[in-house]
Amino acid sequence: MAATSPSSVSAEDAAGINVTAAEATDWFKKMSLIRRFEERAEEAYGQGKIGGFLHLYIGEEAVAVGAMAALRPEDDVITHYRDHGYVLARGIEPKRVMAELYGKATGLSKGKGGSMHMADVKRHVWGGYAIVGGHIPLATGLALANQYRNLPRVVACFFGEGATNIGTFFAGLNLAAVWKLALVAIVENNRYGMGTAFERVSAVSDVYKKACAFDIPAEQIDGNDVLAVRDAVRQMVERSRAGGGPQLIEAMTYRFRGHSVGDPQRYRTKEEVEEAKARDPITRWRRTVLTNGLATEAELQKIGDEVEAEVEEAVRFAEISPAPDPRELCNDVLVFEEVNRVPEDV
Amino acid sequence: MSQKTYRDALREALREEMLRDERVLIMGEEVGVWGGTYAVTRGLYGEFGAKRIVDTPIAEEAIVGTAVGAAMGGLRPVAELMTINFSLVAMDQIVNNAAKIHYMFGGQVRVPLVIRAPAGWGQLSATHSQSFEAWFAHLPGLIVVMPGTPYDAKGLLKTAIRSDNPVMFIEHARLYGVKGEVPDEEYTLPIGVSEIKRPGRDVTIVSYSRMLHVALGAAEELAKVGIECEVIDLRTLRPLDMAPVYDSVKKTHRALIVEEDWTTCGMGAEIAARISRYRFDSLDAPVERMGQVDVPMPYARNLEALMFPDEESVAEKVRDMVA
Repeated sequence: MAATSPSSVSAEDAAGINVTAAEATDWFKKMSLIRRFEERAEEAYGQGKIGGFLHLYIGEEAVAVGAMAALRPEDDVITHYRDHGYVLARGIEPKRVMAELYGKATGLSKGKGGSMHMADVKRHVWGGYAIVGGHIPLATGLALANQYRNLPRVVACFFGEGATNIGTFFAGLNLAAVWKLALVAIVENNRYGMGTAFERVSAVSDVYKKACAFDIPAEQIDGNDVLAVRDAVRQMVERSRAGGGPQLIEAMTYRFRGHSVGDPQRYRTKEEVEEAKARDPITRWRRTVLTNGLATEAELQKIGDEVEAEVEEAVRFAEISPAPDPRELCNDVLVFEEVNRVPEDV
Repeated sequence: MSQKTYRDALREALREEMLRDERVLIMGEEVGVWGGTYAVTRGLYGEFGAKRIVDTPIAEEAIVGTAVGAAMGGLRPVAELMTINFSLVAMDQIVNNAAKIHYMFGGQVRVPLVIRAPAGWGQLSATHSQSFEAWFAHLPGLIVVMPGTPYDAKGLLKTAIRSDNPVMFIEHARLYGVKGEVPDEEYTLPIGVSEIKRPGRDVTIVSYSRMLHVALGAAEELAKVGIECEVIDLRTLRPLDMAPVYDSVKKTHRALIVEEDWTTCGMGAEIAARISRYRFDSLDAPVERMGQVDVPMPYARNLEALMFPDEESVAEKVRDMVA
């Protein structure tokens, strides 16, 4: 199937949009939650309460929220390290995500993973991975297991455009195509790999065109339009579930913050960032919701207040949660079992 | 009991575990139609079919990476790398995924995976003659097994496949044809247990894999002149069972480690450090190490022959140690 270029019709322009009021407000709430959550995380980082790297998703919220809306709860999700948005969009409690950022025992990964390694296997979120492209073969493997076990699940694998020049992208998607696995690769193209503009380092800078290497369907969409993302991902997920093999979506978006907190952003102009902010996915969706009468101004205000309270509660929970017990240090290295008893020295 | 080759013992282990547990599948280059580069999987494709014996492209990062993902997703893959040298292409998947996933997600995810790969050499020169067990044994989160006999190979591979942990199972191309006693009835062996392969009182020789046979050959020769070596086979390199080594050194007061890898930063260095820490007072001589000469492997036959310890050089070293 041939790859297609972006649709010129945005959700706002479409007459009568295919979304319920409940969906519309849910997406508004989730995008607002991710935004507010990360603003507070950025503050906490500045106060030294969060360490290491903090890769903010601000500006890209429509991709995670739109994509998750297209998945069933039992579909598998695996992501790259800019992963707060995905877990929040999946409906995982913000307080457990914030606690992980704080390195607390109550965090999603018990304080052992941090910002880049959020997982909740009960919700089929198999984690954030921090070696660029390193999780793409894992997605193929998860999809292979689903096929082997005859489970009607689709694997949604998220990564950035920067991951499409490394070997695992080609090796992983090649096998997914050879085995006709139920896998949808959702490439978030935010235009920069750290500080390097994609077109400076990629011979082909439209990622969807790279799908021809695997002869799989691919599409480039407006990643700042939550409805467009939901619709495109839904179509691909259902096609993949029905035996159509892997699919690739390139969602065009932009990160409003630096690569990580503390990035001086010398590689782009303030004007470029400001211009991108005019396409803010949350502002756009708010306008669409109001224009189409899917919610009132007062209802959206109420959602904003709820989000504010939920994020404050997440911060409070993270603050008062205990640090991991020092005895946890050596747990979870191996699954304990008789066959690998570790003999004591002497 | 019957005599079986190391290769056949491994194949029996794979076959028995595939019959026992339908979640077990084999994936790798030439494992199916070809029957395995070293013929370990010969016949299995015909018996189990393409769903469970999966031929892959030459893409080690995808072989190991998809095997890790499949293990996370509820299968028990056995990934075969044609040789240990090609593990380098898959190193990120082994180090950053297989060995880390259980820990970094706080114990939520399990990776019940076996990666089989042979070490070995034979005029294959610099890139195809390496032995990286020390690199893997360096890693928390990984189990490393390196059996030297058909009996151990079968029993340990069966346990590795049943383990909920990622296991690096390193075979040796030059052992595939070696025969030994293997029971006809089913058995398994525990991971993380070293074994005394030959008892003795004068010198402790610690070894594993092919060098175990060199050590045993040297011990046989030395016995003729009244020097009794105790030969200990580590079998598992991580977790490392040092108890039989400590007991032995208490008795012999001398220890020699014989490995096939380069000795610099190798298994022998680790074992020597532990002996000196825990048996310092027992030692009557410095702990000695023998291994590959510290250069890349040359092609020429005469040069290659100079690379490894052999029975003669090991025996000479032991005679020096007891002199």
